[in-house]
Amino acid sequence: MAIRERLSGNEAVAYAIKQINPDVMPAFPITPSTEIPQYVANYIANGEIDTEFIHVESEHSAMSATLGASAAGARALTATSSCGMALMWEELYVAASDRLPIVLALVNRALTGPININADHSDSMGARDSGWIQIYAESNQEVYDNFLQAFPIAEDARVHLPVMVCQDGFITSHGVENILLVEDEKVKELVGEYHPEHFLLNGKEPMAVGPYAVSNYYMETKRAQREAMKNAKEVILELAARFEEMTGRHYGFFEEYRMEDAEYVIVIIGSAAGTCKAAIEKIRQTTGKKVGLCKIRVFRPFPEEELAEVLKDRKAIAIMDRSEMFAATSGPLGAEVRAALQSAKSQAEVVNYFYGLGGRDITVEDFERVYERLEQIAETHVIEDMYDYIGLRSRD
Amino acid sequence: MKDTIEIRWHGRGGQGAKTAALLLADVAFKTGKYVQGFPEYGPERMGAPITAYNRLSDRPITIHSNIYEPDLVAVVDDSLLEAIDVTHGLSPEGAIIVNSQKPKEEILPHLRGFQGRVFVIDARAISVKALGRYFPNSPMLAAVVAVSGVMERDVFLQEMRASYQHKFAKKPEVIDGNMKALELTFEALR
Amino acid sequence: MKSTEINERSPWQDITEGNKIFEPATSRHFCTGEWRTSTPVFDREKCKQCLLCAPVCPDSSIPVISGRREDFDYDHCKGCGICAKVCPFGAITMKEGK
Repeated sequence: MAIRERLSGNEAVAYAIKQINPDVMPAFPITPSTEIPQYVANYIANGEIDTEFIHVESEHSAMSATLGASAAGARALTATSSCGMALMWEELYVAASDRLPIVLALVNRALTGPININADHSDSMGARDSGWIQIYAESNQEVYDNFLQAFPIAEDARVHLPVMVCQDGFITSHGVENILLVEDEKVKELVGEYHPEHFLLNGKEPMAVGPYAVSNYYMETKRAQREAMKNAKEVILELAARFEEMTGRHYGFFEEYRMEDAEYVIVIIGSAAGTCKAAIEKIRQTTGKKVGLCKIRVFRPFPEEELAEVLKDRKAIAIMDRSEMFAATSGPLGAEVRAALQSAKSQAEVVNYFYGLGGRDITVEDFERVYERLEQIAETHVIEDMYDYIGLRSRD
Repeated sequence: MKDTIEIRWHGRGGQGAKTAALLLADVAFKTGKYVQGFPEYGPERMGAPITAYNRLSDRPITIHSNIYEPDLVAVVDDSLLEAIDVTHGLSPEGAIIVNSQKPKEEILPHLRGFQGRVFVIDARAISVKALGRYFPNSPMLAAVVAVSGVMERDVFLQEMRASYQHKFAKKPEVIDGNMKALELTFEALR
Repeated sequence: MKSTEINERSPWQDITEGNKIFEPATSRHFCTGEWRTSTPVFDREKCKQCLLCAPVCPDSSIPVISGRREDFDYDHCKGCGICAKVCPFGAITMKEGK
């Protein structure tokens, strides 16, 4: 029987860490992820787990120490947010290219400029090219479930890539919600013991990690990394299937919500998907209009074909970005979903919205207006603002 | 009754409005509800106005926005009434609970014409009488439960006793004091 | 796969994961002596076996066996000349070329 609880998103991740009992956790505090290492430190102090906690002097060191521990053969993880992740930047790429199965609990927060502590996806979206698998969550339940699946994905011999488990800062990290926890023995069964084939502390096999590779080897290395990312797709689905068998909760690359007959579709990542679901229920009950949602769970690897297959024949689609990439055109999700639709020769009308930057709230009513606009665009085939905003103060 | 009750808490940093919202979520959770308890997110500054929220429902809650049209507003500190429009978005069918030592007549003019039910609760007097010290959380929590009807009085009291017993295992005298504060609040609102 | 089996013609599928190398001392296979444009010459007659030269060699190319230095490891000596500078007895001289 699952354990019925109410926890904040940070508590849920810390609880998952406790159940996994990883070997090493170097971490440096930053809002809103600070509670995660804080709770883990409590578990360690209480003797509930024997994870080696390393107090480091910066996030640069946190990720460096995590890399070192992982290369040495330990199951290692860390947690951070926003500028903390920015300070880990160079190690993010090293973790991926050294093929170290690290897990990072990322509590999404806007990157500074102006300084801001609230949720948006600019931190992880900025790191989307670093070679990490990225899994996003709508709720506390999802971030917990994703976290439990992260190590087995990362450690699979077909993958050997680091995994970033993302949740929206404060909205889920500090909000208390109902959650179903998985029993300890089932977690142990899912996650298993970590026995790396090659590791630095193995006296029987001296080895080197991270050697110099100039132009005569770099490109082949990157191509191999790409292959691991492609392999990650099947491994992610295998884990989701095992997890569903264990808990009854279904996961995939994305969640299709009321998509069976949907004509007007929103594509979104993270906690706001839940608010969108409430709007969908309201619209369907009051007007019967066929509205639906595609919530991206796995952004890296990007499920291009699968997503296009689901989206291509809809009438109109709004892709919602919670971060800027300052192309002065799309946001990151907008660009990739549109590219996917283009490859599938979709005729669907598409608009791209920016919402929720720096924690700006988005409501059920906001989503209702997006669906109204999609309906209008499908009728008129006129799109005045391809790149629009929700909740932006403007003179226009 | 709507299937989800939405509550907005107004307080000052350090007074425990966020804790009260989390306590309410806790006790409602224990009675089988789906719950959300969350603060309005910002830097934590003692004395600065803060807002916290609850959604309580018999069905799973997916909404992750703040609450703009609450069914109930709880004001932990009456000095907020001047600066903050605490009844904003509150419908005439809704209710507001204000913690104050002032009589209701002095509170009403600050409520910007709010037409719904108004409850003034002297959490200080109740807390001092029951606990000998001023902790507004228990009286405010009881007042929210009493006014919202989100759960039965007896179920609430039973769950709170269990929770205090867990929380104050080493200070049993505090358990009875807090329970007394809850009961006095129910009586005051009768 | 052995590091000696990986070379600049290896396809990407044959490169080890993360370029990891699963054997020790592979730098032995890398004959940096080929880079040398001037060469240290060891004069056994003048050498007092003080061993000041061995630890300063950046390429570990002065083998020391049973407390006595031997002739240079020309497979790896890059000809930097530090040993010649440090020798108090003129037992090492640099000559042009390999």
